[in-house]
Amino acid sequence: MQVALEENSPFEAVFEEISKIYTMGETRVCALDRVSISFARGSFWAIRGASGSGKSTMLNLLGCLDRPSSGRYLLRGEDVSRLDDDHLSEIRLKSIGFIFQSFNLLPQSTVEENIALPLYYQGWEPAQSFSRARMLAAQVGLSERLGHRPTELSGGQQQRVAIARALANDPAILLADEPTGNLDSDTGLEIMKLLTDLKNAGKTIIMVTHEAEIAAFADHQLVMKDGRIDAISH
Amino acid sequence: MLLNIRHLREIKSGVKNLLQHKLRSSLTMLGMVFGVGSVIAMLAVGEGASLEALNQIKRLGSNNIIISSQKPLEEETQQTTRSFMSIYGLLYDDEVRLASGFRHILRTVPVKIVRQSGRLGERAIDLRVVGTVPDWFRLVQRPLIAGRTLSERDMLQATNAVVLTEYGARRLLATRNSLGQHVKIGGEYFEVVGIVQSESGQGTGLQAPDQQIDAYIPLKVARERFGDVTTRITSGSRTRELVELHQIIVEVDATAFVESTAAGIEAMLVHFHKKNDYQIAVPLALLRQAEATKRTFNIVLGSIAGISLLVGGIGIMNIMLASVTERTREIGIRRAIGAKRRQIILQFLIETMVLSTTGGIFGILIGLFIPWLITLVVGMPTVVTSLSLILSLGISMMIGIIFGLYPAVRAAGLDPIVALRHE
Ligand SMILES: Nc1ncnc2c1ncn2[C@@H]1O[C@H](COP(=O)(O)OP(=O)(O)OP(=O)(O)O)[C@@H](O)[C@H]1O
Ligand SMILES: [Mg+2]
Repeated sequence: MQVALEENSPFEAVFEEISKIYTMGETRVCALDRVSISFARGSFWAIRGASGSGKSTMLNLLGCLDRPSSGRYLLRGEDVSRLDDDHLSEIRLKSIGFIFQSFNLLPQSTVEENIALPLYYQGWEPAQSFSRARMLAAQVGLSERLGHRPTELSGGQQQRVAIARALANDPAILLADEPTGNLDSDTGLEIMKLLTDLKNAGKTIIMVTHEAEIAAFADHQLVMKDGRIDAISH
Repeated sequence: MLLNIRHLREIKSGVKNLLQHKLRSSLTMLGMVFGVGSVIAMLAVGEGASLEALNQIKRLGSNNIIISSQKPLEEETQQTTRSFMSIYGLLYDDEVRLASGFRHILRTVPVKIVRQSGRLGERAIDLRVVGTVPDWFRLVQRPLIAGRTLSERDMLQATNAVVLTEYGARRLLATRNSLGQHVKIGGEYFEVVGIVQSESGQGTGLQAPDQQIDAYIPLKVARERFGDVTTRITSGSRTRELVELHQIIVEVDATAFVESTAAGIEAMLVHFHKKNDYQIAVPLALLRQAEATKRTFNIVLGSIAGISLLVGGIGIMNIMLASVTERTREIGIRRAIGAKRRQIILQFLIETMVLSTTGGIFGILIGLFIPWLITLVVGMPTVVTSLSLILSLGISMMIGIIFGLYPAVRAAGLDPIVALRHE
């Protein structure tokens, strides 16, 4: 990576005039329209908005799963908006943790293996990665379930596994796209407690949700509308 | 080598992935297993058959030329009158001319064949009495089981000595002590002086006196006791033939002169024989021909083998492609976590290579088993060459790469976001 990290930057992630345009034949969809926003380190954000307003697009860009059509994206002060696929993968591997609505665990692998997967790609020795996986499983309260497969777990437990996996690489940012969307409200609240603990431990968390009750856990709220920021509240 | 020790981790993880889908993996492998298995088995059968043919020809001696008497076609078809006697074939003089007139001829062995029945007490057997000289046993290699072969003294003294084949000896002598027995052949008693191993081969169409029921006696004795005329009675009519020698085997001093000497012999025989009553066989030429046939055979077998491996490979590609679709979400998850395109390619490639190589190894086991079974059950000779093993294993690994590459590249080319959204 050519750009030096500005470790003294107070911001984890900064969008400068970020646009994302999808062209499908004749039609152009402007999923994000010149969005500028800064996410401070250690902050907990909730992104809300109507369906199709660009929430997931924003999260994907934040997570370096995609590149913006225009604008600059600074991750810890480093411009990552023009990096190639390999560099973006490298950033995801080292600095990003994803939590999805549908958990996205590997169905044939055990809890332990799922949690250790990012460490595999980081080149860890199996013994070390599994001991870290066990540690993380304990942190999310799943020590008893290490050898189970995802299908043998409840939704809440699966999401805990996903959180543990997202934490495996000790990421700078945790990105969660409707993490409670597939869970009942009690389980959803448990997951939110877990995220709050992580925020208190210093992680930057950016979460998409459309439930006000869930969004209330965050310190900052951002409302999207038609690819633009409609409102920010703290 | 694409896969080396650096990729041990990837290989392990690939094997684990494959084990997680046992049914799919084993079905994918099946094409490879039978492809490689049939390739090796086919080549082993082909190799065994041609080796057998080559050995039979080689046993005739690659430095030898075999000249045989042959009844001319016109006399064969002619309605024979009662008094008619057909006179044809090699002459005693031919042998003398061969032995003296050619620079590269090392030795000549005249052969006279007479059909006679052999008898010992109650037992009887139809024999092919071969009147020949001691050198015969040099030119036509046949291990001696007991006693001795014919000697120069037998020749000079025209003794009634006979060398039997093992088969003939068993039929005639049975439990009695074989050597020293006196067998009655065509009215004369012959002392059994030796026994040689039987030739079991089915014959290559060459008239070498190598059948199971041969009885070897001195040429001079055969000539004096049985004469040159044979009488055959077929469907009421009598056929009489006068043949001096049935065969002359010539040994040439070096392989390089075999063909030129054969041409010289041909010219000589054309000069002295008015009728076309002989046939010259050159085992060396047959050997070359057999080798050429074997090459063609191998090419044909190889092509069939190639096609079956191709089918196996396409099977693998098919299932890998299906697996890419089925595992789109998995690919998305791995990419989101930070796997590079290259790592996804490697993962899929290793999976196909492990599949095809494992399939290849099982195929080799089958390929070793089938020829073994064929030899055991049918008694057909088979030869599994190490080349065919190495080749088929190499090819199966290659197929893993070739047919795995496309699905792998396709898997890696997926947009992670799209892949993640895949149901
Ligand atoms: N790959 C794509 N190709 C074309 N258009 C896309 C693509 N991804 C998203 N869009 C469009 O971009 C806009 C924003 O989509 P996005 O997924 O960000 O919405 P969202 O706010 O996450 O909605 P939801 O709450 O339903 O998840 C939508 O109009 C969508 O149709
Ligand atoms: Mg969305």
